[in-house]
Amino acid sequence: MTNPILETRNLTKIYGKNVIFKDINLKVNEGETIVIIGPSGTGKSTLLRCINLLTSNDGGQVFLDDKEITAKGHNADEVRQQIGMVFQNFLLFNHLTALDNVMIGLTKVKKMPKDKAREKAMEELNRVGLADRADHYPGQLSGGQQQRVAIARALAMDPRVMLFDEPTSALDPELIGEVLGVMAKLAKDRMTMLVVTHEMGFAREVADRIVFMEKGSIVEEGSPDDLFYHPKHDRTREFLWKITELYGKKEKEKGAVE
Amino acid sequence: MLSNFFSYIIQGTAITIGVTLVALPFGLLLGLLMALVHTYGGKISNRLAAIYSLLLRGVPPIVLLFILYFILSGKVINLTPFWAGSLSLGIVSSAYQMEILRGALLAVGGGQMTAARAIGMSRLQAIQTIVLPQALRLAIPPWSNEASIVLKDSSLVYALGVPEILRRAQQLSATTQQPFLAYGIAALIYFVLVFATNRALDYLSERTKLPTHP
Amino acid sequence: MIAFYEFFVRFLPDMLKGAGITVLLTAEGLSAGFILGLLASLARVYGNKFVRGLAVGYIELFRGTPLLMQLFIIYYGLPGLGITFSREWCAFLALGLNSGAYQAEYLRGSLLAIGDGQMMAGRSIGMSRAKTIWYVILPQALRLAIPAWSNEPVSLLKSTAVVFLIAVPELMAKAKSIAAQTYDPIGTYLAVALVYLAMVYLLDAFLRWVERATRIPGFEMESRKA
Repeated sequence: MTNPILETRNLTKIYGKNVIFKDINLKVNEGETIVIIGPSGTGKSTLLRCINLLTSNDGGQVFLDDKEITAKGHNADEVRQQIGMVFQNFLLFNHLTALDNVMIGLTKVKKMPKDKAREKAMEELNRVGLADRADHYPGQLSGGQQQRVAIARALAMDPRVMLFDEPTSALDPELIGEVLGVMAKLAKDRMTMLVVTHEMGFAREVADRIVFMEKGSIVEEGSPDDLFYHPKHDRTREFLWKITELYGKKEKEKGAVE
Repeated sequence: MLSNFFSYIIQGTAITIGVTLVALPFGLLLGLLMALVHTYGGKISNRLAAIYSLLLRGVPPIVLLFILYFILSGKVINLTPFWAGSLSLGIVSSAYQMEILRGALLAVGGGQMTAARAIGMSRLQAIQTIVLPQALRLAIPPWSNEASIVLKDSSLVYALGVPEILRRAQQLSATTQQPFLAYGIAALIYFVLVFATNRALDYLSERTKLPTHP
Repeated sequence: MIAFYEFFVRFLPDMLKGAGITVLLTAEGLSAGFILGLLASLARVYGNKFVRGLAVGYIELFRGTPLLMQLFIIYYGLPGLGITFSREWCAFLALGLNSGAYQAEYLRGSLLAIGDGQMMAGRSIGMSRAKTIWYVILPQALRLAIPAWSNEPVSLLKSTAVVFLIAVPELMAKAKSIAAQTYDPIGTYLAVALVYLAMVYLLDAFLRWVERATRIPGFEMESRKA
């Protein structure tokens, strides 16, 4: 088997006296979709930000294509071009149209000529089904549309890996489907993805592997079937029971797999 | 020598504080009256109050100060420069204070007035006992800003010959031949006065705040 | 009191000349203040401890003392240290430095309102800090600042009236000399007040137009949410 694209070794983050997460070891192979689940406040979002170098780590290492990106002197801006990130609250650039949001990284960071950048940006908007909204400002788009533009913005940089930080939890229920749909399509196209989410239906149907995190450490990981039907730890079972109780009705309506 | 410097400028400081302590309350009284007229008055008085505000806020304070000063220290009314200057400054400030209070009255809203009338209060009673106590509290933060503006604008009465801080600094600079020191001390005094005013009013604002849900 | 008509015929050219200098001083002070204010606000929000301290010191000092005080320290005080500028330069420096401190606070408010999210989003697609500030934060912050900032030109225009006290020949200085010629200070200053009123009114109307012309659809709503 080939080496993983992304790997964390003993990754640790501490705020003052609070251990956010400790000794996280995670391997993401090319084309894999990994879903991280777990209760709120267990450091999942911070973990993604640490991998993307948006937050500094307090121990351990992150490797991208066998190169340690957490090493001193490594250019963080270059790393982030290769690791796309989608945020919970979209964070589109509010003063730019959808097209310009996708283009700006190409023209200002990759120094691509304007016409080529526009072409590429339109392609990406097409990929998320929003070519007809290219001239709209974020304020004129629904939350679901904004999040799809944010995905296109990240994709435009041709990243090696995409990180999703609870991409649907700020959305109204009826808008969640369109975003998950785009993500499922990406997974099918073998994009490498690391997804933090509470959408269990998505986890079961799309993930190659599920990681259950609690209190700053990985409790267990495995295939969707293993985790949902044969969890090794009581904590995992408890969490899944609670969350299906919470989301159960919705899952049934969606006709989740049996 | 430095202590001489100080005691001389301190006398100017007292006058600066005096001008502010006359102008600010006078402006508050006049501004409150105009704000009430604007908010609760009839069509004509409402329009007149609006024009009052627009005219006074559309002209530099120093120009108004000169006009009012020449009226207040003329043949008909003959006040001393201190009083003419302070009251003029108060009139200028009243237009700005009026806008602050008007905003606060609007923020309290018509609902409170309706509720007060519903339990049988007269309009005047409702304004006095229900609306104003709330509006005045709301007005404190923007009003403290105006207070420090009036304190700084009190330096304008220098142009009328009132011996406040700047005028003293000028005389000191002439006698000592140390202009930078003289004006530097004056600036320091202003800075401390403005700072202390802001702090005192912040404290007042904290003390008078109504409790809310966290 | 001489007839208003006669007065205007006789002194209008003089007053217009003064008004021209008033407008020029306002434009200069506003531009210099904008650059200073922009730098100071960026330093205060994004600078390291030292730079931030400098910015805070500048802003607080110039907001905490009267403009007239600043004008006098530059015009009368600095020569005591061997630094001398012409009257016009003193007026320009005082107005620019003073306005810069106020503009810095308007801009700081909107920089803070943009929030950390936009910075994070910019960094996430590989932009540097400086690039994110320039391409993402500033364009939004400047637009967001317009409603609050648009008080500043009018306020500065009114502030320029004090520089006649160091004999810069702007509108108020003209007023003083006209008053001396006519022996009618009240009438003269009333006439000058009218000229100021007209300038303030025009400037205000222009700024309102700018405010409307630079709106981004849905942006205000969006920024309030953030």
